[in-house]
Amino acid sequence: MHSFWKAGLAALAGVALFAPAAEADWPERPVTLIVPWAAGGGTDAIARKVANLLEEELATTVNVVNRTGGAGIVGHTAMVTAEPDGYTLGLATAEIATYEGMRTAEISYRDLTPIALINLDAAAFHVAADSPWEDLQSALDAIRDQPGEFFVSGGPVGAGYHLALAGLLQSQGIDPMALPIVPSDGAAPGLAELAAGNVHVVYSSVPEARAMRDAGRVETLAVLSEERLEAFPDVPTVEDAIGEPFAGGSWRGIVAPAGLPDDVRERLIEAMTEIYNSDDYREFMGTAGFGLLWAAGDDFGDFMAEQHERNQGVIQALGLVD
Amino acid sequence: MDILLSAAGLIFEPNTLLIIVAAAFFGVFIGSVPGLTATMATALLVPLTFVMEPVPAIAAIVVTATTAIFAGDIPGCLLRIPGTPASAAYVDEAYRMRHKGEVEAALGASLSCSVIGGIIGAAVLALTAPWLAAFALNFSSFEYFWLSVLGLSCAVVVSRAPLPKAFLSLLLGLFLTTIGIDLVRGFPRFTFGQPDLTGGINIIPALIGMFAISEIMRKAAGDVQGSALMGIAAPRPLLPAIWPTLRRYRVNVVRGGMIGGLIGALPGAGADIAAWISFAVGRRFSREPEKYGSGHVEGIVDGASANNSSVAGAYIPAMVFGIPGDTITAIVIGVLMIKGLTPGPMIFLQQTELVYAIFIVFFLANILLFGVGALAIRLSRFVVTVPPGNLYPVILLFCIVGAYAVNNSVFDVYVMLALGVIGFLMEENDFPIAPCILGLVLGGIVEQNLVASMIRAQGDLLYFFHRPIAAVLGVLAILVWTAPLLLWAWRCRRVQA
Repeated sequence: MHSFWKAGLAALAGVALFAPAAEADWPERPVTLIVPWAAGGGTDAIARKVANLLEEELATTVNVVNRTGGAGIVGHTAMVTAEPDGYTLGLATAEIATYEGMRTAEISYRDLTPIALINLDAAAFHVAADSPWEDLQSALDAIRDQPGEFFVSGGPVGAGYHLALAGLLQSQGIDPMALPIVPSDGAAPGLAELAAGNVHVVYSSVPEARAMRDAGRVETLAVLSEERLEAFPDVPTVEDAIGEPFAGGSWRGIVAPAGLPDDVRERLIEAMTEIYNSDDYREFMGTAGFGLLWAAGDDFGDFMAEQHERNQGVIQALGLVD
Repeated sequence: MDILLSAAGLIFEPNTLLIIVAAAFFGVFIGSVPGLTATMATALLVPLTFVMEPVPAIAAIVVTATTAIFAGDIPGCLLRIPGTPASAAYVDEAYRMRHKGEVEAALGASLSCSVIGGIIGAAVLALTAPWLAAFALNFSSFEYFWLSVLGLSCAVVVSRAPLPKAFLSLLLGLFLTTIGIDLVRGFPRFTFGQPDLTGGINIIPALIGMFAISEIMRKAAGDVQGSALMGIAAPRPLLPAIWPTLRRYRVNVVRGGMIGGLIGALPGAGADIAAWISFAVGRRFSREPEKYGSGHVEGIVDGASANNSSVAGAYIPAMVFGIPGDTITAIVIGVLMIKGLTPGPMIFLQQTELVYAIFIVFFLANILLFGVGALAIRLSRFVVTVPPGNLYPVILLFCIVGAYAVNNSVFDVYVMLALGVIGFLMEENDFPIAPCILGLVLGGIVEQNLVASMIRAQGDLLYFFHRPIAAVLGVLAILVWTAPLLLWAWRCRRVQA
């Protein structure tokens, strides 16, 4: 109810003109946190937790606003085009490093002020319980020997997890095109296709597949991370499985539009450092099964730049753009 | 039995009961405001559930959704504006009944069928959850493709308008779904470089525009003074209006409840599709199909029992496999995850009380709905006794706020207004709106599953009949298309012979 009226008021406020200027006494009014994915999803859950904790740190209201659609483009565009006054922040996701390469939108990390990277969910290699593949090596061998015979699903083409898996195939000298993707609208429909026997691999994170794993419908051959996940110690890493490390997945981080004043940026980094290191945040991420990864300010900017470059290469190899 | 008692203990405590009652009123309020959907009511609850225990949190969502889906029928009947998309299938029946002075009969039927359908849905959920989820889990993109094609065929079949006009209306809806980023290559279509269009046409503003704005325009074009009041008879007792309908259409109620439970259990198909399909099935098997569309209570019975039942049905795949059956359960799964509970078969073993508590809440919600719903019907009179000159501007305001609030986007308000004008022009020229709306709802699903299936089949069309369930659904769809032709040919031969 509450946020509904807030939304109504925000609509009215949007009509009124006011000159945004960053001041030393920021924040003087409520801060908006844009979420580019739907209410109820993983990104939304993390955003609402962070918003809660930010309210305490900044002593002001933080409103979570879901701007969904277009594989995250709508929400990310809203982050980029907002006034860089510190009153509009966003929880950017890994997809921001793919739009330019995919040529779907002309926005990238360059249009954002990096604040803090707060999460990384590693992709994983899931197969159906009745799959003939016992381990990652046999699966990779089969894909290499019979290109085009097996199919993968779990999300839209070019999303973070998809590019991570394609990167893994590339690192093993397999053409990523050898494992064609059947696009799905997120992990859950992809896992349904896997259980229905229509595809052979799903690349979602391990927590997203938890229910299907518990049901005995899905097995996880490897997780694409450096170390085993705390919540899933039985799932081997890629290095455990085939002897060579490979990490990749989908990440989330707090950003602001480019051109954020330095004092506001410092204040936000400080607040996010407190939040990331709080027991409250760690416990929340741990129970929900979300992974932790930290980088602040320019380090986060470098991280996004690196992801951007890597994705460009994978997108070319996948033939996603001409 | 012990588990059932301890589950009841989780619910029958003052705090939880208070939340349940508050949620019932909240749901009725949101549902009866045009454009504010049950999904939106649930989404608005999410921040509140952060401070609740799991059982009251889920109870609040279940009760809100149940009451909101019913309450959507109230503005549908009184103003021809479905409060939620789930009421769209039979909004014309209810509105025409209101013009005949049968408000109590229409809303009474919708309330009692919502309650009974909801209880049937809850029973379906409690009794068959594991079995049904396992069945729906065998559905791949091929099965979903055929299922949504069947749904689209329903859109044209249920329309009373001439077939070509209904078909054109459907095509307009399908065209609108092609706007935005396509799922396969991420290619922007018809966006003209507008970031707002990359997300496509949002169904909620489209729905508000086509149903509400066009209605407001019609009112503005006609006699503003007194027209909303016209034909509203004085309040009559609710119960006598209900019994004859229920007795006469008891088969429809039970069938609608079963259809709703089943359709709800299919991921992606929610209350709105359940109502459409039940409505179409009801008309097909009705003894008086010609009365459909003229303010026939049977259509309300079909739709209202199915849409409330599907709310419960959607929990089947959500609870057993963590696959949301509709947009509401997608949010429920999110809420459960935040509480550290992952929906899945393990929850049936480890959190049995929680599972049973959810079942109990569904029964409780529907019993509560009867009282709160009856009160809402009584109070709704006040809405229509307001002079239309005052009422419609307020509704317009609610429409604008509703369209904006879906995605906090002013662009959606423009979409609503534009489609309102299109809807107005269509209706003025006898083009039905309903097929267009169903095209909008199902277009994305059809395309997504068609493309996924084509990629999977590598262009081999016969692959669409490769899987047993897909083959059955496919043959069914082709029969629906060709049945009129075959019947015609058969009659011709009989005449000749």
